[in-house]
Amino acid sequence: MKKSTTLALTAIAFAASAATSAFAAETVIGLITKTESNPFFVKMKEGAEAAAKKAGAKLLSAAGKQDGDTAGQISAMENMVSAGAKTILITSSGDAIIPTIKKIQAQGVQVIALDSPVDGADALFATNNYKAGELIGQYAKAALKGKAPVIATMDLFPGHPVGAQRHNGFLAGYGLKTLDAKSNELAQPAEVVCMADTFGDAAKGQTAMENCLQKNSNINVVYAINEPAAAGAYKALKAAGKEKDVVILGVDGMCSNGVGNVEKGVIGATSMQYPLKMAALGVAAGVQYAKDGKRQTGYTDTGVDLVASKPMAGIKSIDTKTARAQCWGD
Amino acid sequence: MSAPDSKSQIVMQAKGLVKRYGQVTALDGADFELRAGEILAVIGDNGAGKSSLIKCLSGATIPDEGEIQLDGKVIHFKSPIDARRAGIETVYQDLAVAPAMTIAENLFLGREIRRHGLLGLLGFIDKKMMLEDSIARMNDLKVGIRSMTQAVETLSGGQRQCVAVGRAAAFAQHVVIMDEPTAALGVKEGNMVLELIRRVRDKGLPVVLISHNMPHVFEVADRIHIARLGKRAAVVNPKKISMSDTVAVMTGAKSVSDLPEDALAH
Amino acid sequence: MSKAPSPGAFDPLIQAHSMNSLKEKLPPLGTLGPAIALLLACTFFSFQHENFLTLKNFSLILQQVMVVGTIAIGQTLIILTAGIDLSCGMVMALGSIVMTKFAANYGLSAPVAILCGIAATALFGLINGLLVTRVKLPPFIVTLGTLNIAFAITQLYSGAQTITNIPDGMNLLGETFNFGGARVAYGVVLMLVLYVAVWVWLRDTAQGRHIYAVGNSPEATRLAGISTDKVLLGVYVLAGVFYGIAATLTVARTGAGDPNGGQTENLDAITAVVLGGTSLFGGRGIILGTLVGAMIVGVFRNGLTLMGVSSVYQILVTGVLVILAVATDQMSRKGAR
Repeated sequence: MKKSTTLALTAIAFAASAATSAFAAETVIGLITKTESNPFFVKMKEGAEAAAKKAGAKLLSAAGKQDGDTAGQISAMENMVSAGAKTILITSSGDAIIPTIKKIQAQGVQVIALDSPVDGADALFATNNYKAGELIGQYAKAALKGKAPVIATMDLFPGHPVGAQRHNGFLAGYGLKTLDAKSNELAQPAEVVCMADTFGDAAKGQTAMENCLQKNSNINVVYAINEPAAAGAYKALKAAGKEKDVVILGVDGMCSNGVGNVEKGVIGATSMQYPLKMAALGVAAGVQYAKDGKRQTGYTDTGVDLVASKPMAGIKSIDTKTARAQCWGD
Repeated sequence: MSAPDSKSQIVMQAKGLVKRYGQVTALDGADFELRAGEILAVIGDNGAGKSSLIKCLSGATIPDEGEIQLDGKVIHFKSPIDARRAGIETVYQDLAVAPAMTIAENLFLGREIRRHGLLGLLGFIDKKMMLEDSIARMNDLKVGIRSMTQAVETLSGGQRQCVAVGRAAAFAQHVVIMDEPTAALGVKEGNMVLELIRRVRDKGLPVVLISHNMPHVFEVADRIHIARLGKRAAVVNPKKISMSDTVAVMTGAKSVSDLPEDALAH
Repeated sequence: MSKAPSPGAFDPLIQAHSMNSLKEKLPPLGTLGPAIALLLACTFFSFQHENFLTLKNFSLILQQVMVVGTIAIGQTLIILTAGIDLSCGMVMALGSIVMTKFAANYGLSAPVAILCGIAATALFGLINGLLVTRVKLPPFIVTLGTLNIAFAITQLYSGAQTITNIPDGMNLLGETFNFGGARVAYGVVLMLVLYVAVWVWLRDTAQGRHIYAVGNSPEATRLAGISTDKVLLGVYVLAGVFYGIAATLTVARTGAGDPNGGQTENLDAITAVVLGGTSLFGGRGIILGTLVGAMIVGVFRNGLTLMGVSSVYQILVTGVLVILAVATDQMSRKGAR
């Protein structure tokens, strides 16, 4: 045989053995988020990559093009399963992916939902968004020290479960008439004088707050769906000279938008959630399934903590220094 | 104005024009002469080379061989804009007007009258001047349109044709070429346009008129250029030849040599 | 040779023409419609809440629409040429990131950083224009592509982080001054000035008229000796400049460079243009109509919030108005024929 042919055959043999040994040893886990651009999911992906590296597993990742792009998530799921993924971690953009989840489960793949619940998944690792709302609601009530609340809510947009849970949870924590955690509607007791949609965006939050102030200039509590919306609301309040008369509440636990703003006094308190923990638990469940074939089940609350620089009596909160170590995004 | 004859000055002339499109030879050594103060109709069957000839004269096409002269000088047009700059205005079959814009704006499109001084340098238009000028020019040609500030699309087909003809006549210095000006018009409007064409000629601008409409051709043309098989078959005098003989020469049913001498025009 | 009689001489025919032209000066229904709609909406909302019909409220609404309103100036120019720009909001976001990041990273002063941002958006406009004129791709396709490219560049360059440490000068246009007892933002004044300037330019200059001509009949424009490519290229670059100015305004209003901004502005700007009576087929429309269109959206959003009505209805109303606007424009033109 010619020398070059021998060399070529040897190289191919090496590659083949390396490949098979790689396939034999490595667990493949897929992570599919809603979008690439939301810092929450960026942090989640980072956490998953770190956890996978530590466990010696291989992480495949993908995302939809925008919030709601279930078609993109479906394609990603199918591709990852073909590439050998035995566990899929997904933050679902909508119920349209449910049939695909059933299909791949039948092929022996474990599907775990992160952050957003989806019917049919084996398990869910998520923040209890209703509880997140309750915590800031309790804080707001305490912060007002018995004054009558005049509340404006800076919501996400109609019909979104996370938006509804946080909003309704906030009202529950405040002790006002509200809806339960299963509802997708937004409760509006008499104390809520204005509800406006922000799409989670700072500029729209500013516009929403401006219009609410025009409706009722006595607003003293502002609940915001997330920290960018809260920042936008603050800007509007500041321009109206009212920023000292209002306590603003947010949710998420971002580093400068959230914890930073609590430090600055822009936000009164925020509920911090833990995307890193969701990712780590998801990867661990994936590794476990590959090892012993036992699927993860049920809902695991990944925890939420109230972050405030001015603690209130009887309400558990962590200070901003502690929060900084666990924050995410920017 | 006295009828043009062989002693009238030649304004535009072409010799031996050749144009090939791949395998097809559209022009096969075509000649052409336009005399001062005349309406020259150009007729020909499909494939006779009529449109290619006109495209060469108006600058829309560059001939492969042959020579074109304007007022005795040899010219090479690379585009319709070159022809326009040389003083040849063409009225296209689809009129080339912007329907949503006013008559005045269309008349001056690309040649807007600017204001004096700094404003003019910045591009500001003298709308009053343009309006007055438009009114004056159209009156001169006795075009009866109510208002120069109405949009062209509000006009009838015949009125639009008059606007397009009026625009060409207003800016032409040497020649006006018209491609099927009465094709889409009814009897009354068609006659209106023919009247306008005569007035253009009477103002001293020679007109090249391409048309399929024999009765119209015989009504206004001073001479008729018959194109056939990529060449000029003959130039005839509409007053001395019958319509049927003309059509016969055009289709080849009758040969030129069979025509009486006085039917030809030079 | 034709010789026009000397102008200025008294001519009864000219007099008759001038009087008729006055009647034609009245704008068509397609243009008056939006203004009437805005008036009706304002009247309705003024009865719904006492705070609606106040200078303070209108000053707020103007601040809320000034970003989309400025983007829409550029979009109007492009739509007048029978084109469309789907990338406008994303290009604006890119501009806002460029100017804030340049100021934060290189310590540039506000004016210089702003100019850099506007240069970036103008460059994108140039790219759009070149793809449309040289490569001869349809504007819809081109801007669909550049929309995604601009978004990706913005995300990558900003690292998906909001930039908040910006120099004071960048907040200037968001600040307000006292005017008749109300606070008016400088940015709003800038937007209004730009609208008036572009209105005059489109109405009274040769270049402005050529934009209408290209949209109405590219063939006639070409045969009239006007370079349609030059006109189109100029329009896309100029639109890019307006997107850059809008970026400046959004940074001034929110006090930050937001990489996730501009996503709804793409369609919001087109909505403002359509509501304002400009035809998507090109060649027809008045720029001031776009301002009315932007105001209509802002008024409904503000009014419905004051009434406590869910924002879903605001979206519904916008959709209905868009259809009404296009239908009215179609009908009024059919009547004129």
